Amino acid sequence: MPTETSALELVLTGDPALFAIVRLSLFVSLSAVAIAALIGIPLGGLVALTRFRGRDAVIVVLNALMGLPPVVVGLAVFLLLSRSGPLGTFGLLFTPGAMVIAQTILVTPIIAALSRQTIEDLWTEYRDELTAMHVGPLRRVTTLVWDARFSLVTILLAGFGRAAAEVGAIIIVGGNINGFTRTMTTAIALETSKGDLPLAIGLGGVLIGLIILVNALAWLARRTDESIAG
Amino acid sequence: MRAPASELPIRFEAVSVRAGATTILDDVTLTLDAGAPTVLIGPNGSGKTTLLRVAMGLLRPSAGRVTYGGAVDTPPIRRAIVFQRPAMLRRSAGANIRYALRAAGVPSAAHAARIAELLALVGLAGLGERPARRMSGGEQQRLALARALARDPAVLFLDEPTANLDPAATKAIEDVVRAVAARGIKVVMSTHDLGEARRLAGEIVLLHRGRVVESGAADAFFRSPATPEARAFVAGELLI
Repeated sequence: MPTETSALELVLTGDPALFAIVRLSLFVSLSAVAIAALIGIPLGGLVALTRFRGRDAVIVVLNALMGLPPVVVGLAVFLLLSRSGPLGTFGLLFTPGAMVIAQTILVTPIIAALSRQTIEDLWTEYRDELTAMHVGPLRRVTTLVWDARFSLVTILLAGFGRAAAEVGAIIIVGGNINGFTRTMTTAIALETSKGDLPLAIGLGGVLIGLIILVNALAWLARRTDESIAG
Repeated sequence: MRAPASELPIRFEAVSVRAGATTILDDVTLTLDAGAPTVLIGPNGSGKTTLLRVAMGLLRPSAGRVTYGGAVDTPPIRRAIVFQRPAMLRRSAGANIRYALRAAGVPSAAHAARIAELLALVGLAGLGERPARRMSGGEQQRLALARALARDPAVLFLDEPTANLDPAATKAIEDVVRAVAARGIKVVMSTHDLGEARRLAGEIVLLHRGRVVESGAADAFFRSPATPEARAFVAGELLI
């Protein structure tokens, strides 16, 4: 990417290298949020609706894992995926796949912990009605997830924000390879250290713009749905 | 609507409910049988809500047992309850009823007609598309009634269904209760409104401090109450 060109120009002229970076960033973070949702929402629902020994400890750990430092996750995934690591044979290190794995680990506890709280609160409200209607366990879970969908979307957005904003994990497991594993955040880190501040600032603007766009779309969907469901 | 023999009579046999050191229901023996509505009266904290929850099967007695047509532990298939503060699902009014119909195993082909019929019965015809949680308190209470009736119950429990409602909304609820009772559904409801008890009750159960103080036919109860508590209550004195 020519450093002498201004960031605005790159965006306006549709620079292919820039778009590849944006595309990869979105692919990695949205994939991670999707996988984390598939794991985290059922996990949160399960903890919310069941009583078992050590439940309090599980909740504390889930809540604590929301604050996992990205560089530590990056390091752990690096060790797992490195040639000599237990999962080294898959050759995933320094690929987008490794970055998805790392971000999924970061986002899953956020989605699980917040879903647990949301679903448990709704269960407190619905418990009597659903019990009186003789609703079975599976229907209870699907009902609660469906009726909590507005809050769950907000939770997914929090997860997406976390994934899209982090650099520590993906720079370690992705390697910031130009044209292959370079994302907006890793590119910003690189350009800043190289001293190309205009490009770094431009990329930063694009990143924030994208996050606002994703949130605006989610808000629109919520408003539309809410006017129907209340 | 059918009124099968399986649920009735509901018999409380020496039922007590304790929570820690507090006794909420104290050795209650009572029979709820087919016929005109049974109205539970008594001051706040006398055990009305707990009695309804036990009868519905939502709460296990600490002692004693409840039988339904002679059987114990029958699932609440033909029983339905409207709570004092019903929780509306975050869906439209019609979808709330549809949910109850589905939970009761009513085939989907019959849903649309049943929803329209139930909404009309409670005076909410044409409001099926409204978000349930944006309806007024009186409308939500009526929707909760429709949702309970979607189960095609043999017994309908109502926990202070008109508390906090204005006279017009109260009348709307009472009209539905009369219509429901006329269809042969056994209504068991609580109230601390003596006027409402007079208007609706075929039978009265007076609760005080977790005990059944007096029970029997409503006209006899109001004409010649036998116990001092009942006399005080009927006279409109404060029963504490």
